[in-house]
Amino acid sequence: MLLEVRDLHVEFRTRDGIAHAVNGVSYSVEAGETLAVLGESGSGKSVTAQAVMGILDVPPGRITGGRILFRGQDLLKLKGEERRRIRGAEMAMIFQDALSALNPVLSVGDQLGEMFVVHRGMSRKDARARAVELMDRVRIPAAAQRVRDYPHQFSGGMRQRIMIAMALALEPALVIADEPTTALDVTVQAQVMDLLADLQREYRMGLTLITHDLGVVADVADKIAVMYAGRIVESAPVHDIYKAPAHPYTRGLLDSIPRLDRKGRELYAIKGLPPSLMAVPAGCSFNPRCPMAQDVCRTDEPPLYEVDQQRGSACHFWRECLHGRRG
Amino acid sequence: MGRYVLRRLLQMVPVFIGSTLLIFLMVNVMGDPVAGLCGERQCDPATAAQLRREFGLDRPLWQQYLTYMGNVFTGDFGTAFNGQPVTELMATAFPVTIRLTVVAILFEIVVGITLGVLTGLRRGRPVDTAVLLLTLVVISVPTFVSGLVLQLLLGVQWGWIRPSVSPAAGFGELLVPGLVLASVSLAYVTRLTRTSIAENKRSDYVRTAVAKGLPRHRVITRHLLRNSLIPVVTFIGFDIGALMGGAIVTERIFNIHGVGYQLYQGILRQNTQTVVGFVTVLVLVFLVANLLVDLLYAVLDPRIRYA
Amino acid sequence: MPEQPYEPERAIAGTGMGGTMDLGASEAVTLDRTPGGPAGPGPADRPRSLWSDAWRDLRRNPVFLVSGLIIVFLVFISLWPSAITSGSPFTCDLAKAQDGAQPGHPFGYDGQGCDVYTRTVYGARTSVTVGLCATLGVALTGSVLGGLAGWFGGPWDSVLSRITDVFFAIPVVLGGLVLLSVVTTNTVWPVVGFMVLLGWPQISRIARGSVITVKQNDYVQAARALGASDARILLRHIAPNAVAPVIVVATIALGTYISLEATLSYLGVGLKPPSISWGIDISAASPYLRNAPHALLWPSGALAVTVLAFIMLGDAVRDALDPKLR
Repeated sequence: MLLEVRDLHVEFRTRDGIAHAVNGVSYSVEAGETLAVLGESGSGKSVTAQAVMGILDVPPGRITGGRILFRGQDLLKLKGEERRRIRGAEMAMIFQDALSALNPVLSVGDQLGEMFVVHRGMSRKDARARAVELMDRVRIPAAAQRVRDYPHQFSGGMRQRIMIAMALALEPALVIADEPTTALDVTVQAQVMDLLADLQREYRMGLTLITHDLGVVADVADKIAVMYAGRIVESAPVHDIYKAPAHPYTRGLLDSIPRLDRKGRELYAIKGLPPSLMAVPAGCSFNPRCPMAQDVCRTDEPPLYEVDQQRGSACHFWRECLHGRRG
Repeated sequence: MGRYVLRRLLQMVPVFIGSTLLIFLMVNVMGDPVAGLCGERQCDPATAAQLRREFGLDRPLWQQYLTYMGNVFTGDFGTAFNGQPVTELMATAFPVTIRLTVVAILFEIVVGITLGVLTGLRRGRPVDTAVLLLTLVVISVPTFVSGLVLQLLLGVQWGWIRPSVSPAAGFGELLVPGLVLASVSLAYVTRLTRTSIAENKRSDYVRTAVAKGLPRHRVITRHLLRNSLIPVVTFIGFDIGALMGGAIVTERIFNIHGVGYQLYQGILRQNTQTVVGFVTVLVLVFLVANLLVDLLYAVLDPRIRYA
Repeated sequence: MPEQPYEPERAIAGTGMGGTMDLGASEAVTLDRTPGGPAGPGPADRPRSLWSDAWRDLRRNPVFLVSGLIIVFLVFISLWPSAITSGSPFTCDLAKAQDGAQPGHPFGYDGQGCDVYTRTVYGARTSVTVGLCATLGVALTGSVLGGLAGWFGGPWDSVLSRITDVFFAIPVVLGGLVLLSVVTTNTVWPVVGFMVLLGWPQISRIARGSVITVKQNDYVQAARALGASDARILLRHIAPNAVAPVIVVATIALGTYISLEATLSYLGVGLKPPSISWGIDISAASPYLRNAPHALLWPSGALAVTVLAFIMLGDAVRDALDPKLR
C-alpha cells in the first residue's frame, strides 16, 4: 500500500473555540491508483491532504490522533528533517491557484530548478536545463525561452502546468492535487486534467484528487471518498457510486448536477448549510439536512458500514438509500 | 524603463519648483532679510534701501525667485550671514549629515530588519510582544527626548561617549546620534518587517515552498524574505530624504555642525539664502531618492512594469 | 459528463442553495483555510457590519482599554487641571531652583524654582488641544480634498497629486522652524494651523486611495445604475466605506502632532514662555540636565505616555478595522 490514512483527527484552535476539522478519516491509495476526495468547502478534505503532506499550519492546527502510513512508515513519527526529505521528492502537492502558489518574484525556471538543487544537489546550471525539460514535458511552448519568465507572465492554464511540472519534477510516488482545475477556465480545465492523467499513467503515481467537481471525478478517478463535516461518509469504486449511491449526501450531490436529460426541471439542491465545525450536530452530522433522517440519526453516530468488500457508507439506512427508497 | 525615468524626471520638475517656491515664500514671510545683514545694529534706512536694490529685494517676489533659481543652476547659492558663500557651508555641512544619515540607515537595516524578521516569525510569542511594546515606546518618545536622555545617561552619567560631537564628526562619534536619529524610523522598520513577514508567512507560495521539501532556512531567506522586504526597502528609501531633513533636532542636541545646524543658524539670523539654498538641496535629495526607490521597486518585484 | 449545459443552470443552483456543489472557487479557498466553516445559526446570524464588528473587537482589546483610560484622564486634566493640583504653574521660587522632590512637591523643582508636578499637569492642556485640533483640521481638509480628487479623477486629481508631492518634499520640522519663527502671538493656533498646512496631504492621499477603491465596488456601480445622484452615492455609499482608513491614520497622526508640537517648542518656535508646554519645559531643563534631571524626565515621561496612548489607540483601531491581519 502506498498511502494509508488511518483514523486521522485534526483540530484547529481559533478565537471562538476548537474546530474539529477532521474526525477519524481513513483512506488509502495504491501506486497507479487515483482516489478522488469529494466534499464541500470545510468538509476537511484539504486539511486531510495538508496533514498528509505535513504542511498543516501548526498552530492553529493540531493532529490529535491517527496514523499516516506512507509505504508502511508512519509519517507522524518521523523527525522534521526526515519528513522534509520525503516532501517534494516522494510525495508532492499541486495547489489550486497557481498564481498565488508560485512565488511572484522568482522566475519559473528558478522555482522548478530549486527542486533539483535542493533534493538532488545539482548545480544551478544543470537544474535550469532540467527545468526546461520539465516545461517541455508539460507541453509549454518555447520552454527554453520562457524559463526565465515570471509566473504572472503566463496564462492560467500554463501556470497550472508549471505547478504540475514542479510537483512531478522528482517523479514522486504520490501526488496530491488540491482542486487543480477549479481556478481555470472550463475549456482549459479538461486539457490540464488530461495532462495530469497522462503523466500519472506514465509515472504510475498514486494520485489523490481533491475536488468538488463530480464531472472531473467520473473521468479520471478509480475510487471515491465523500467527505462531510470532517468524516468520510461514503467510499466506493467510482462506477458503483454513480450507479447507486449508498449515502443520502452522495445522492444529494449527484442529484444536484445539472443534466441534459433533465433539462427544464427544477434542479435538486440539498437543503440547509454544512454545519459549523465548532458545533457538529449529535448523531449523524448530516441529519439536519437529510431527507431520510429518523430519530436514530439524531442520537447515534453511524459507523462506516461495510456495503461490500470495496464499499463503505456511514448511514444507518444505507440499504434503503442504495435501493433508491427515500424516507 | 528609459521612458519611465524620463517621465518621472519631468514630473519632478513641477514638484521641485513648487517646493522651492513654497519654501522661498515661507522664508520671505519669515522676516526682512536685510535686517539680518546689518548684524546686531539697526540698519539705517539709506543703507537698507541700498542693500535692497543690491540684492534685488525691491523687485516682485516671483522675479526674485527666478533670479535666485537662475543663480542656483549656475552653482551660486548666494552668501551666508557671515559673508561666506553658502556653497562653502554646504561643503562642510553635507558630509557630516550624510555620515549621520548613513549611520542611521545602517541601524534601520541591521537592527530594524533583524528584529522585524525575528518577531514576524514568532508572532504572538513573548519575544514578539516585548519587541512590539518596545517599538511603541520608541515611536512615542519624541527624538529630542530620547536624544537628551541618551546624552544624559551615556555622555554625562556613565561617560561612555562625549556629550557633544567634535567638528570632525567621524563615524565612531556619530554612532549614538545616528541611533537617536534612526530611532523612530527603526521602530517603524521593525513593525513593517514584522507585519510583512507575518502576512507573507501565511501566503500560498510559502506553503508551496514548504511542500517542495525545502529546508526551513531556504524557505525563509529565498521565498519569505525576498517578498517581505519589498515594502521595507521602499520605506527605507523614502526615509533617506526625511532623515536628512529631520537631522536638525539630533544635530542640535549633540552639537553636530551639519545641515541641521546651518539651517538653524540661518533661520535664527534670518538669512534667506542659507535657508533656501539648503532646503533646495534637501528637496532634490528627497526627490532623487524617491525616484531611485521607484526604480528599485521594479528590480525587486518583476510584476511591476513601467511603461 | 458534458461541460456545456452546466453554465445556465449553474446560475440557478447558485442562488441561495448553499448545499449544491458549485461553490465558487474563492469561497472554497477561504473556507478551507479557516476550518470554522460556515457559521451555523446562532448569535453570529445577527446583521454584522464593519463598525459593529470593530466595536466588539475593541471592547475586548486591553490595548484599547488602557489607552482609552489614559486619554480620558488626559482630557480631564486638560479641562480641570486644578482638580489634581492646588498649586499654580507660575508660582516659582528661585531659592528652590533645581531642588529634588519634597513632600507636596513629588516631582521637585525646575531651574526657575517652579513646581515640576504642577507644570507637568498644566502642560497637558497644550498637548491635547494641539493634538485634537490639528488632527481634526487635517482629517477634514485632507479627506474632503483627497476624497473629491479620488471621486472626480482627471485633471483635478493630477493637480492635487502634484500639490501633495510638493508638500511631501518639505521636511516638516524645517517647515515649522521657518514658518513659526515669525509668529509673535503666543497661542496654540499658529502651531495648529501649521500642522494642518503641512499635514493634510498625508490624509488626502489615504482618502483619495480609499475613495478610488470603494468607487470601483459593485454596490457603487449598482447604485449608479439605479440612478442615484452623485451626492447621494458619495454620502451614503462612498463616505462610510472610505472613512475607516482615514480614521486609523488620523488617530496615529494625533500622537505624532503632539510630539511635533513639543519638538517645535523645544526648538524655540511656536509656543514660547510664559505658555506652558512640555516641550518648553524640556527645553528649559536641558541645560542643567546634569544637576536636575528630574525637571527634564517628568515632562518627558508625560509627553511619551500621551503620545503612546494615542498611537496605541490608533493601533487598536487599525487592528479592529483591518481584519486582514487577524
